[in-house]
Amino acid sequence: MARKLLLTHIDVPGINTFEVYRQKGGYRAVEKVLKTLTPEDVVEEVKKSGLRGRGGAGFPTGMKWSFLAKPEGVPRYLVCNADESEPGTFKDRYLMTHIPHALIEGMIVSSFALGANTSYIYVRGEMMPQIRILERAITEAKNAGFLGKNILGSGYDLELYVQPGGGAYICGEETALLESLEGKRGNPRIKPPFPAISGLYNCPTVVNNVESIAATVPIINDGGEEYAKIGVERSTGTKLISAGGNLNKPGVYEIELGLPVEEFIYSDEYCGGIANGKYLKAVVGGGSSVPILPANLIMKTLKGESRLMTYESLADGGFQSGTMLGSGGFIAFDEDQCIVKNTWNFTRFYHHESCGQCSPCREGTGWMEKVLHKIEHGQGTFNDIDLLVDVAKKIEGNTICPLGDAAAWPVASAIRHFRDEFEWHVTNGQEAQMRNYGLAHYADPLEPVI
Amino acid sequence: MLNVKHNEPVEFTEEMLGKFAEIVARYPEGRQKSALLPILHEVQAKQGWLSVPAMDKVAEYLQLEPIEVYEVASFYTMFFRQPRGKYVLEICRTGPCCLVGAERIMKHIESKLDVREGEVTPDGQFSWRGVECLAACGYGPVLQIGPEYTFYENLTEEKIDKLINELRNKAEGRALTAES
Amino acid sequence: MAEDVKFKVSIDGIPVEVAPGTTILNAARQIGGDIVPPAMCYYSKLEGSGGKCRTCLVKVSKGSEKDPRPMPKLVASCRTTVMDGMEVQNITSPEVLEARKGVVEMLLINHPLDCPICDQAGECHLQDLGYEHGLAETRYEFERRTFDKIDIGDKVQLHMTRCILCYRCVFVADQLTPQRMHGILGRGDAAEISTYIAKAIDNDFSGNVIDVCPVGALTDKTFRFKNRVWFTKPVEAHRDCPSCSGKVTLWYKGEEVLRVTARKDEYGEVEDFICNTCRFEKKAISDWVIEGPRKVKHTSVISSNHYEQLNPPAVVRKNLALQAANKEEFDRAEKL
Repeated sequence: MARKLLLTHIDVPGINTFEVYRQKGGYRAVEKVLKTLTPEDVVEEVKKSGLRGRGGAGFPTGMKWSFLAKPEGVPRYLVCNADESEPGTFKDRYLMTHIPHALIEGMIVSSFALGANTSYIYVRGEMMPQIRILERAITEAKNAGFLGKNILGSGYDLELYVQPGGGAYICGEETALLESLEGKRGNPRIKPPFPAISGLYNCPTVVNNVESIAATVPIINDGGEEYAKIGVERSTGTKLISAGGNLNKPGVYEIELGLPVEEFIYSDEYCGGIANGKYLKAVVGGGSSVPILPANLIMKTLKGESRLMTYESLADGGFQSGTMLGSGGFIAFDEDQCIVKNTWNFTRFYHHESCGQCSPCREGTGWMEKVLHKIEHGQGTFNDIDLLVDVAKKIEGNTICPLGDAAAWPVASAIRHFRDEFEWHVTNGQEAQMRNYGLAHYADPLEPVI
Repeated sequence: MLNVKHNEPVEFTEEMLGKFAEIVARYPEGRQKSALLPILHEVQAKQGWLSVPAMDKVAEYLQLEPIEVYEVASFYTMFFRQPRGKYVLEICRTGPCCLVGAERIMKHIESKLDVREGEVTPDGQFSWRGVECLAACGYGPVLQIGPEYTFYENLTEEKIDKLINELRNKAEGRALTAES
Repeated sequence: MAEDVKFKVSIDGIPVEVAPGTTILNAARQIGGDIVPPAMCYYSKLEGSGGKCRTCLVKVSKGSEKDPRPMPKLVASCRTTVMDGMEVQNITSPEVLEARKGVVEMLLINHPLDCPICDQAGECHLQDLGYEHGLAETRYEFERRTFDKIDIGDKVQLHMTRCILCYRCVFVADQLTPQRMHGILGRGDAAEISTYIAKAIDNDFSGNVIDVCPVGALTDKTFRFKNRVWFTKPVEAHRDCPSCSGKVTLWYKGEEVLRVTARKDEYGEVEDFICNTCRFEKKAISDWVIEGPRKVKHTSVISSNHYEQLNPPAVVRKNLALQAANKEEFDRAEKL
């Protein structure tokens, strides 16, 4: 069995309560940092751990922390990004539902490291049950003296609040999240300045994903170096992977980074293979925004190396033949699934979620959706396919925030790897509406198709 | 432009005001606008939707211009600016859920409730709509029902039938209690 | 002294020295000419504006003297401040021109292209942009977006279909008027300028939303369908106004003042915001002290009919200063 750091006690009854969590060694990290470490020590441990942001971008957490400006007399904030909305990703929901205290403990450790005395957990509004769970956990922790004034007699004060969102994917972008937390529309800010300099209420702010914050607990308990021993290269530690789509055992899995993709999909310890005895056709490996790959390319890189669940290995081959680990939203498509239809579905999502602030995203996402709808419904032309590629290119890199790229990449990669399927929709308009296009050769994991 | 049909004045109860004050206290002095989203959720949970007088009242409470509240309420998909059914079934319609049959479930709900997406059943009890990813992709198809956003996972046609019947009975049961 | 520190920057190979904190766009404006990026949403007099339309994207090919690495993506020149030694490419970068073409196409796909009936035609920044960067044909084959019409009072006409969501009018309402009545409602491509419920936008400075609007989304209702701007004659004038500078441009047709606007610089920005009294209520010649004709760029469509004859309209005939200026303009136009 692989090592688990976050979900070690997931099956223990009552682990969602303070009492059981504490019995299982919970809040040791808080005791350790408040009694034996300085904030700088904590930052140093996190740096040593090599922990990279688990929300999608993979930016080193310790480095992000060290950028935080510390002007005299200005409050600093830690905001937890629990606006989990990336299609394919549901690990944060899982963690908050079952082990809420892992997040609360991580928030205390991280807030102490950053010198924040007020911290917020911004949870997407639809997760009202999780908001209630976290609020209860905060009350429990406060009653036990782990939150509030002078925690454990250390002189350190921390208030922790849960903030609900209102239903907007874009608020997962850190500056849109801060706008929303300030009670405004979730329009991403134009950067610079970055939140580390001017974030919440124009004060220095760090925004971290739920899993990143929870990961600070084992890092403090075992030491950053211990954590860094797990994994491969610059992908250290464990990662929660949300597995969905046509799998025998979908769900959230904690893996050691470096696990071969093939093992993750087919071994019984993880997803247990493709549902209903079907073949795997394609995988979106890190949430809907990352490039989709055909089965053969997700198993092996173009060089013929076995693809691993790491930031580097999944990205091997760049946009031509690689993808990204992203948020760890792993979506498997079986042989019966239609890539055109799914691309249209994802594009509709981005169109729906565009904030509308900048022109390429506001106009381009809707345009792509309409063209894809047309192709999916048998009305497309060959020109439409080229047009899609061009519109995606016009959006990519030209927008205020990464939503533009996130909308462009799925379209560009689907056409790159599954162009014949788009063309089949053009030439077989009638049939395209009747059934999905399934080509067996995508299911063959051995031969590269490009 | 909104056609204002529902302009009955709104009063907040003592209980609600107490809750609002508790929310505002979470933010630094002068940053009470941060309380806007949580307070709108509270108001919607009580009133079912956000009428103009309700939003104006929130604006007044938080010392904002009414337009600031309209701007925010219209940005986020969870806020209803038109009355809805008592139970709004929100079904995830994004990719991963569609891979496992979300469209079939939506069709079934449509025929079962006999109203189109966004409409209200004649008895005022039900509405349904497709929503974007609810972050439960491993348990799809999924739906949620406000104001508590109770979650229903791994949906099948049978589960939908059972759920709608239960909610209908609950509604009727309540009506009977109210009459007696 | 710190104030004297200047950053050396080059834009399309042209060097300029600017104060730290200056944006690339404003550095380019100090150079002037073709290398100035277009700006549809940035407005130097409105705090917080810019960054949204993406027409001013430029390439930073050298970040600074200290860190010469190029920036990985194109940046919005209106919101990116210069560094010492920075090198920027605007019209010398094919990548920038390609991206700008893309942005213009995006701005136009849902635009109604109703220029023939739009009062902004002739002084519309989107027209200029489309002319310079647009494709001859649209690649967009779907129905263009429409909105429910809303009435925002008897002073300003709102045509939401023409709006490019630059947010300038929102900043005007926030920064110049006592109460903001309108804002951005909805989101994505359904976002719109609206008051949400029927309300008139009417206060001392509300008329400035007309001048800052880069397109025909907010136009002067008192000028609506009165005339094409290129048939009117702009004349600088002022009056002693208790609430604003009183410095305006009057737009004449014959002896009649059809429209009053603030004076705009070469980038289409007003020099001084003016009050609604000056804009909407002072339309008699006797209200104003005439200074001289407004200089109009020869490239502007407004100039095409500007000084076409030595037999000028009545307003010019009665004023010696205007007559002299008129002759001068006419001679120059003749030579060209």
